[in-house]
Amino acid sequence: MNVALVKNETGSALSDSFAIARDRLPGTGKVAAAREAAFAAYAQAGLPHRRIEDWKYTDLRALMREVLPLAPAPDTAEFSRAASAAKLHAIDGVRRLVLVDGVFAPKLSELGGLEKGLVIRTLREALETGDAALQALLFTPDNANPMVALNSAMMTDGVVIDVADGVVLTQPLQIVHIASGTVPAAMFTRSLLRLGKDAGATLVESYIAAEGAKAYQVHDSLIISIGNNSRLDHVRLNEDGRDASNISSGVVSLGAHAHFNTFGMMSGAGVSRYQATIAFAGEGSRVETNGVNLLNGKQHADTTLFMDHAVPHCDSREIFRAVVDDRAHSVFQGRIIVRPHAQKTDAKMMTRALLLSDDAEADNKPELEIFADDVTCGHGATTGALDESLLFYLRARGLSEKEAQALLIQAFVGEAIESIVNDGLRELAIAAAQRWLEARG
Amino acid sequence: MAAVQETVDRVRQIDVDQYRYGFETLIESDKAPKGLSEDTVRFISAKKNEPAWMLEWRLEAYRRWLTMTEPQWARVNYPKIDYQDLYYYSAPKPKKTIGSLDEIDPDILKTYEKLGIPLREVEVLEGVVRPEGQRKIAVDAVFDSVSVATTFQKELKQAGVIFMPISEAIREHPELVKKYLGTVVPTSDNYFATLNSAVFSDGSFVYVPPGVRCPMELSTYFRINERNTGQFERTLIIADKGSYVSYLEGCTAPQRDENQLHAAVVELVTLDDAEIKYSTVQNWYPGNSEGKGGIYNFVTKRGDCRGNNSKISWTQVETGSAITWKYPSCILRGDNSRGEFYSIAISNGHQQVDSGTKMIHLGKNTTSRIISKGIAAGVSQNTYRGLVTAHRKATGARNFTACDSLLIGDKCGAHTVPYVEAKNSSALFEHEATTSKISEDVLFYCVQRGLSQEEAVGLVVNGFVKDVLQQLPMEFAVEAQKLISISLEGSVG
Repeated sequence: MNVALVKNETGSALSDSFAIARDRLPGTGKVAAAREAAFAAYAQAGLPHRRIEDWKYTDLRALMREVLPLAPAPDTAEFSRAASAAKLHAIDGVRRLVLVDGVFAPKLSELGGLEKGLVIRTLREALETGDAALQALLFTPDNANPMVALNSAMMTDGVVIDVADGVVLTQPLQIVHIASGTVPAAMFTRSLLRLGKDAGATLVESYIAAEGAKAYQVHDSLIISIGNNSRLDHVRLNEDGRDASNISSGVVSLGAHAHFNTFGMMSGAGVSRYQATIAFAGEGSRVETNGVNLLNGKQHADTTLFMDHAVPHCDSREIFRAVVDDRAHSVFQGRIIVRPHAQKTDAKMMTRALLLSDDAEADNKPELEIFADDVTCGHGATTGALDESLLFYLRARGLSEKEAQALLIQAFVGEAIESIVNDGLRELAIAAAQRWLEARG
Repeated sequence: MAAVQETVDRVRQIDVDQYRYGFETLIESDKAPKGLSEDTVRFISAKKNEPAWMLEWRLEAYRRWLTMTEPQWARVNYPKIDYQDLYYYSAPKPKKTIGSLDEIDPDILKTYEKLGIPLREVEVLEGVVRPEGQRKIAVDAVFDSVSVATTFQKELKQAGVIFMPISEAIREHPELVKKYLGTVVPTSDNYFATLNSAVFSDGSFVYVPPGVRCPMELSTYFRINERNTGQFERTLIIADKGSYVSYLEGCTAPQRDENQLHAAVVELVTLDDAEIKYSTVQNWYPGNSEGKGGIYNFVTKRGDCRGNNSKISWTQVETGSAITWKYPSCILRGDNSRGEFYSIAISNGHQQVDSGTKMIHLGKNTTSRIISKGIAAGVSQNTYRGLVTAHRKATGARNFTACDSLLIGDKCGAHTVPYVEAKNSSALFEHEATTSKISEDVLFYCVQRGLSQEEAVGLVVNGFVKDVLQQLPMEFAVEAQKLISISLEGSVG
């Protein structure tokens, strides 16, 4: 086993844990070889730090320090704690697929009565017995990003969802990540959603902690491929524990005339990074990405989006809002690349940050990289405090300072939240925002 | 419209490969041996008759430079520079002591004549005949590395303004140089600035005493002449309390095949209530249509608004150089200080531009404004890279940034990389950027009314950059407009 490349202490501790974990990692042959290659890539780079441009604002060596060992398989007590957490955060009308400490939990999931054309497997199954094409697809994320490489090396479980051509799912799917371990540990998960042609689906991802979950790390990734003329609505809600870290990656590719609408809200986790690459592979497609960071305490949340316009006639819209209180730190890095020949691209990005405290920090890096001339691209970024005159207006009408602030903050994040198409999910996001505001007191 | 017509006429005469300023003056040079070592640093220092402290300062920088590595983050590609294969010093051999302009080597004067640079006060700019009684410009001409003539010294002296080559200032005003040199761009700042600190040959030094409004625009024309000579200019401008100075810098270089390295450092300091306006027109040789040759321009420019209510304004028109790596910045240290950055960056052919600014808000109620216009044509790459940051104590910091890019042709690239960092809740930052091409409708409209395609593009581009051109002193605005059209020659049709 060739992991002798490790340079720092953190890395060498990890290479031991990789060696220890190996027996628990599903897949042999090509899968095992791909894991080794991914781990070697990670070991070479180590945890990203601020000297690496992409991680300038999120120095994991300082924020996370180390990658924790793989979480042990959950026992009965942990499953039951997870079950009550799942109940607490249950969403009506969705099909729930639950991962507890990085392991698929069939008992907590709803697998019966699948709609026609919907196939759900676990990642473990796919890596152990899946066909070679599927296994190759599961390893498509680029090892150049160390955290993606680490995830590729260590992924233990997840869900693999296939939606057949022409099938439009009526029931949203929800992948719930629950941390239940009382000993600090890391979970490594990867999920895949393949949407055929002329298909449609709604996917919700939630990250929650069961009672007593301790300082855990979530390392997750999601691969999405959207077929021609298909539509996917995606909502991501991060309500991890305050002492947890969540490093998640998304790799999305769209066929022709496809539509991808995604919304993400980060209000949980002490340290979080969501990095997504959205690539247009077919003409005439459209992407709307919307994000909200609601942060306080000492939270650090980083949203890094990479919109890859590789083909002509595609539109993308990005709206991002950050509300930052106390000593929290919000990071938004949005990169739009328009490759040569991707003419008639229409790409817009707007990021706004609201600072509620003098110790809060918001860093925005909206990037445009344009290699084609017949395009309309633009981005905007603003940072500021709540408008004094608006606050005064509301105070003069009898609202308390907190109420007035809450109202303005709601309006501020509203624009991003309203992009959620599914009524139930939108209400859910609004409720989550409300909870955050109420918790401010 | 007269100016536009003039531009169009000029463009018509010129081919993309016929770099107008591509001629070479053969004057005997006094060169340091090729390569860089402590001996080279000592040689330069000795040539300049520098005091010991200055040599020590240079050597320290050189030793630090040895430990540094070339920055890689900019979006520019160039073959590795062999720093041992360059000449670090070249000066025209003094034939005799210069008493007046008439005694200057006629070859050199001719070079300037060809460039259209006025050493005589009447010919401020080629083609512009200035009537009597208008504002005057003092020119500190830098020919390769040594300032060969300084005009208007007398008038400036009366006002108390010190405007001289920095090598002289080191000897004559060591207290000022010691106090300010390296305080804005420290010797350890970055790879190229450190290299410059070790081997800088000459540059301008300006000191404006308290309460003085400099009676004329100060101007310097840089010109890289000697083959294979890296030029390392060092400019230091200090505006003392309540003073004002406007400084113009313009550059042209003759055509060459080898790439030439230019790593200048410019430091500006404004004390309470002072203002510096620094304008640059840069049209160095950009390389030929195959991308061969051209200047590497790695410049560190930074202004420090040290005093309260002070202001620094950078205006730049970048049309030349094969590679530009340049970020004129403002450190807004004093309360209520203001920084401005107006830029036109044009890239054509195989040029690569990575330029922008940094606005660092440290003091209270500091404001900054960034207007950047990037135009990419041919197969060039044009990047705006800018940082706006407000530190924790920068209460009431304000910034407005607008960077627009125009693409001409489908083989070029225009990129925007802004960093917006706010660490204070009362900071208010706005940033907007757009990228587009010249609308077909607009071109059609112009062409239909009898303009050629190229004239139409020139018209649209001049409109696109108007916001920035307006910031230039009049003398420069005319030249800049010509340059813009020349730079875009060959980009359409």
